[in-house]
Amino acid sequence: MISVKNLRKSFGSLEVLKDISLEVQAQEVVVVIGPSGSGKSTLLRCMNLIESITDGHVYIEDVDITDKKTDINEVRTEVGMVFQQFNLFPHKTVLENITLPMLVVRKWNKRDAIPKAKALLKKVGLEEKADAFPDSLSGGQKQRVAIARALGMEPKVMLFDEPTSALDPEMVGEVLEVMKQLATEGMTMVVVTHEMGFAREVGDRVIFMDEGIVVEEDKPEEIFGNPKHERTKAFLSKVL
Amino acid sequence: MNDFLVLIQEMLDNLGIDFRLEIVVEYFPFFLKGAALTVGVSLAGIFIGMVLGLFIGLGKMIKFWPLRLPFIWYINFFRGTPLLVQLFLIHFAVMNLILEQPNTIASLVVTLSLNSAAYVAEIFRAGIKSLDKGQAEAAHSLGMNKFQVMRYVVLPQAFKRMIPPLGNEFIVLLKDSSLGAIIAAPELLYWGRAAVGQHYRVWEPYLTVAFIYLILTLSLTYLLNYIERRLDTE
Ligand SMILES: Nc1ncnc2c1ncn2[C@@H]1O[C@H](COP(=O)(O)OP(=O)(O)O)[C@@H](O)[C@H]1O
Ligand SMILES: [Mg+2]
Repeated sequence: MISVKNLRKSFGSLEVLKDISLEVQAQEVVVVIGPSGSGKSTLLRCMNLIESITDGHVYIEDVDITDKKTDINEVRTEVGMVFQQFNLFPHKTVLENITLPMLVVRKWNKRDAIPKAKALLKKVGLEEKADAFPDSLSGGQKQRVAIARALGMEPKVMLFDEPTSALDPEMVGEVLEVMKQLATEGMTMVVVTHEMGFAREVGDRVIFMDEGIVVEEDKPEEIFGNPKHERTKAFLSKVL
Repeated sequence: MNDFLVLIQEMLDNLGIDFRLEIVVEYFPFFLKGAALTVGVSLAGIFIGMVLGLFIGLGKMIKFWPLRLPFIWYINFFRGTPLLVQLFLIHFAVMNLILEQPNTIASLVVTLSLNSAAYVAEIFRAGIKSLDKGQAEAAHSLGMNKFQVMRYVVLPQAFKRMIPPLGNEFIVLLKDSSLGAIIAAPELLYWGRAAVGQHYRVWEPYLTVAFIYLILTLSLTYLLNYIERRLDTE
C-alpha cells in the first residue's frame, strides 16, 4: 500500500530523515514510536508530500508521489491525515468541515455529501454536533470530527500524527476508541503516538525511530517484550 | 437664519466672539455636497484599493523573486512617497497624458485607489501570515489545490481579521482625500477654501469643515468598534 524507498529529508543543513525505507501493507496498522525530534512527523508528512522530499521515493499503491507527473492532489484524497492540533476550519460548522472537501474536491453534490457527512458524524458519536462550530467542542470532540473529515474522502490509508497528544487525559480514550474501530474495519493506518497501550493492542507492527533512522521494527510483542537495540530499550524504559 | 441661530449669534456676540454664523449657513449645502463627494471618493478608493491590493498582496507572496519584485516596488513607492506628490504626478502628468481634459475627481479617485492598494496589500499579507499554517496543511491533505485552499479556507478567515485594519485604512483615506482640494476636486475642504476666498474669513469655514470631518471619522470609528464586537462574539 505504502512503500518508502531510501527517503531523505533535510531542512537546510539539518538532515532529519536519513535513508528511510519501509513498507505498509494493505489493512495493516503500523505504529511509529520514538523520542521527540526523531523525525516521526516529518516521515508522516513526506508520505502525502505536505513536506517536500529531498531524496528517495514514496509510492502510494505503486504511484510514485515524488514523480513530477503525479497529480499530488489526487493522491492526497487517498491518504487521510489527522494532526495533533486537529486543524479544523474554525469558520465552518462541524458538518461543513466534513462536506467542504466532499463538495470542492470530490465534486459531489450536496444531496450526496450531507448524508455521508452525517453518517460519519454518527460513526464518531457526534451527530448532535453537526451545526456546532469547532470552537465550542472539547479537544476529544474536535479530533473525532477531524477523523470524520479525513474519512469523508474515503481514503485508502490514514496517517495519524500524535492524535491524542494535545488532549486532556480524560479525552484520550474516546479518540483511541474511534481509531480502534477503524482498525477493526480494516483501514490501513500509520500512527505516530506515545500511547504504548494502543501500540500493543492495535498495532500489527511497531517502528522505533531515533535521530532520523528506523532503529528497529517488529511485532509489538517483540518490540515491547524483547527489544533488540540499546536505544529501543533506553527509550522504552523511559516511557513505560 | 432661523430664530434659534439668531439667538446663538447674539450669544456669541455678547461673549465677544467674532464668529459669523451666516457664512456657515450660506455654505452649508455646499459643505454637505462636498462631504458626500468626500465619502464617495473614499469609498471608491477603498473598494478599488481592496481589489488591487489583493492581487498586489498575492503578488508579493510569489516565491520566485524576479516576479515578486514589481509588487514589492509598487508597495515601496506608494507607501514611501507623499500622497500629495502622487496626486500631482497622477493628475498633472499621468492623467494629462491619457485624457485631453483631466478630471479632478477621477484623478483623486485613481490616486486614492492606487495608494490604498499598497496599504491593503500589506494588510492582506499580514492577515494571511497570521493564520496558523496547519489550516492550509489540513486543506491540502484533503486534496484541495492551491486555489481551493485560498478560496475556501485561507481567505475567509483572513478577511475577518482584515476588517479592523481595513476600517482604519478607510478612515485614513477619508482624511487624506482632503488633499483633493489642492487640485480643485470639489470635495469637502474645497468648499471650505471657496468660502474663505469669498468672505476673507478663515475661522468659520475651516472650523466647520474640521467639524464635519470629525463627525465622519468618529461615526466610522463607532461603526467599526461595533462590527469588531459582533465578530468577536461570533
Ligand atoms: N519546518 C521545519 N524546519 C526546520 N526544521 C524542522 C522543521 N520541521 C521539523 N524540523 C526539525 O526536524 C527534526 C524532526 O522533527 P519532527 O519530524 O517534528 O520530529 P518528531 O515528530 O519525531 O518529534 C527536529 O529536529 C525538528 O526541529
Ligand atoms: Mg511530531
